[in-house]
Amino acid sequence: MQIGPILVALRRHKAGTTLIALQIALTLAIVCNALFIIQQRLVRVDRPSGVQESNLFVIQNDWPEKLPSQDADARMRADLQALRQLGSVQEVSSSNSFPLRGSGWDNFVRLSPDQVKMTTDTAIFFSDEHTLATLGARLIAGRNFSADEVGSQSGTDRMHARQIIISKGLAEILFPGGSALGKTIYVSNDNAPSTVIGITDTLQAHMTGVWAKPYAYNAVLVPARLTGDGTFYLVRARPGQLADAMRQAKDALYAQSPMRIIPAQDGIMTFAQVRHRAYDGDYGMAILMGIISAVLLVITAAGIVGLTSFWVGQRRRQIGVRRALGARQRDILGYFLTENLLITLGGVLLGVVLAVSMNVWLVIRMGSQPMSPLYLVAGVLMLLLLGQGAVLAPAVKASRVPPVEATRSV
Amino acid sequence: MFGYYFQLGMRSLRRNPVLTALMVVAIGFGVAASMITWSVFRVVSGNPIPEKSSQLFTVLVDNRGPQYNNDGEPPEALTYTDANALVRAHKAPHQTLFYPIALAVLPGGNRSLPLKAIGYATNADFFGMFNVPFQYGSGWSAQEDARRTGVVVLSHEFNQQVFGGADSVGRDIDLSGHTYRVVGVTQHWDPKPRYFDLFDGSAFDEPAQIYIPFHRADDLKIDTAGRNNCGGAPNTGVDAGREGWLHGECSWIPMWVQLDTPAQVSAYRNFLEGYAAEQQRAGRFRWAPNVRLRDVADWLDFEDVVPPESRISLIVAAGFFVICLVNTIGLLLAKFMRRSAEIGVRRALGAPRGEIYRQFLIEAGTVGAAGGVLGLLLTAVGVGGVGLLFSPEIAQLAHVDVSLMLSTLLLAILATMIAALYPTWRAAKVQPAWQLKSN
Repeated sequence: MQIGPILVALRRHKAGTTLIALQIALTLAIVCNALFIIQQRLVRVDRPSGVQESNLFVIQNDWPEKLPSQDADARMRADLQALRQLGSVQEVSSSNSFPLRGSGWDNFVRLSPDQVKMTTDTAIFFSDEHTLATLGARLIAGRNFSADEVGSQSGTDRMHARQIIISKGLAEILFPGGSALGKTIYVSNDNAPSTVIGITDTLQAHMTGVWAKPYAYNAVLVPARLTGDGTFYLVRARPGQLADAMRQAKDALYAQSPMRIIPAQDGIMTFAQVRHRAYDGDYGMAILMGIISAVLLVITAAGIVGLTSFWVGQRRRQIGVRRALGARQRDILGYFLTENLLITLGGVLLGVVLAVSMNVWLVIRMGSQPMSPLYLVAGVLMLLLLGQGAVLAPAVKASRVPPVEATRSV
Repeated sequence: MFGYYFQLGMRSLRRNPVLTALMVVAIGFGVAASMITWSVFRVVSGNPIPEKSSQLFTVLVDNRGPQYNNDGEPPEALTYTDANALVRAHKAPHQTLFYPIALAVLPGGNRSLPLKAIGYATNADFFGMFNVPFQYGSGWSAQEDARRTGVVVLSHEFNQQVFGGADSVGRDIDLSGHTYRVVGVTQHWDPKPRYFDLFDGSAFDEPAQIYIPFHRADDLKIDTAGRNNCGGAPNTGVDAGREGWLHGECSWIPMWVQLDTPAQVSAYRNFLEGYAAEQQRAGRFRWAPNVRLRDVADWLDFEDVVPPESRISLIVAAGFFVICLVNTIGLLLAKFMRRSAEIGVRRALGAPRGEIYRQFLIEAGTVGAAGGVLGLLLTAVGVGGVGLLFSPEIAQLAHVDVSLMLSTLLLAILATMIAALYPTWRAAKVQPAWQLKSN
């Protein structure tokens, strides 16, 4: 295939060529970035929480009166007792927060009391001896809290954190390469030491924001019930009895005392709902980017079909002349495929530059990640294939132009 | 002539149905994607109080110092100590402070279960400063603030829930075991984003239901239901229970002042610097005064209130629309150039270039209008479906109104006509002689 004549012909219709190339370039820029955003979001959504999520649900329980700390603690213990007695309930625990909740209590962590800047940030989960079993989180070192270690405190009290259990993620940040077990860290504002008595396997924090990525797996379990305006009850149902347990738990709590508020909306959520709520923005972005990419590729393909058909129509006579001079059908087919390949190559070259600039802009302004070059390679291949696929029908049509066309004047 | 060209345009749409359909679909999708994402973006990035956004300032004081503050920025709210001192100083024409509360209405009447009531503990200036509209009564007075009385302002919706929508001014309501006298009921009031309370991250949350006096809430030891940011400094006074916490260095109270003239702004800034310098002299701050006065626009910008999702999707959708337009330029070029012969005849018969421009731009306008109608349908469907794309509290803000419909149509027509400029220019350049000869 001679490229020279094709280039000469392309120069004759600069406008159409430029438009197709531009469209391919812009499509490449948007599709590469959209696919990259989709992948980023899916990676986030697929992160493990370290919680055995099936059969787990969360009840938000608020007190309608302001209770002294001891009274709130007594009510919480009575509620936990009532929930534990249900046949459909396997484990139950109270907490101020839980993995993937979105908001909650976080504290800075230091390795020595006089350290100025924090080493890292961590979620604080007020826990009892049942919390690990309720969440389904496994200890990989050390021991669980014993019942007599679990106290209670209000939000404005000094944090009882003499003995703590920390997540594997936090342990690795604080003591890379060594064991955190038995070590002392500083997580409370009064700068008192806390001894690590246990380390859990992977356990996600409540923080799900992109800004919190470095802290996403930092959790400190503090052996206390946090009293205040309300609490969460984490409930693990016996396998297969989730729906029963959710209904019975609500009834049991109201039977225990109607003086409580369980919000009608989202007051009782399965952990699947918690997960979905934590990531709904990510799912949304992935869906939007998916729709836009798909429609964009279709429109670009349709645009190529439309313009090439027009060129074929314009050049019927020339095609006829070539055929009459001995060009075979596949020479004509090859001509249009090569022409499209040249235009597409020009487009993707510009497109790669645009895609990278768009990504750089997103990195600077939106704090996204730099895009892996694999997306560029995939995008370039996709558009080359798309171009060749789109041009096929008009090119076949062109190749079927009979040589007799050369003798017609129009 | 317009009517005739419009008719020609309509006829030409039917002549190449595939090409036309392609253009209409491209414009329809492009304009719909842009408008759907715009419908969300315009709400999240809007100015929630345009009439006085440059007169309202949030007051920030660095109580942490260079070692513990956020890259030189003071915390995003004040401590109990600073908020109370600054409001008591009364150096601005109006000043308010507040924190979120969650109380409950106990069972009574036909309600067997308690009802949650969320809102703010604040002062009398709040209502005037933030232009809260009232349905019944009004806010409370500065005297009632000073007397620390138990009064309450209800939202329209909460008044509906508790008093069936009646004029409840003067009636008593029991909130978490204490009695409050209703002094006012607001109209529906829900500025989005809720600029004054960005500290609590509640920019797009459900509106407040109750407002009670700050000092009353303080007397009743009602804790904040919002954020409490103690920063990274050790020993921030969290020892002796509530009192220790109140007088420690935890930030949890947003404060706003209204300053009507540049002179008032600079005078207040001086006062604020002076306050911080005084704290430094007293030994509480061991650093030079570091204070901020940020107006509404500045504050919305500083707090990055527009969700990145909204911004990115708007940019991507706009890029998508540009591609659809590039596509349309190509297709229009093909469509117009196919009619070179027709143009040649018209020109030969005496039509000036201007007429060719007019004819083809109007034709492009009809394509744009058809695309706009399709875009309108897609936008309506899409806005209904934004729940899939954004979190529920943001999705519910998106809505179709007359201005969105008009802008969809206008955008489609205008954009298509701009896209048609180049193809039309090419059409108008057609040499009549050439065309006539080849025929």
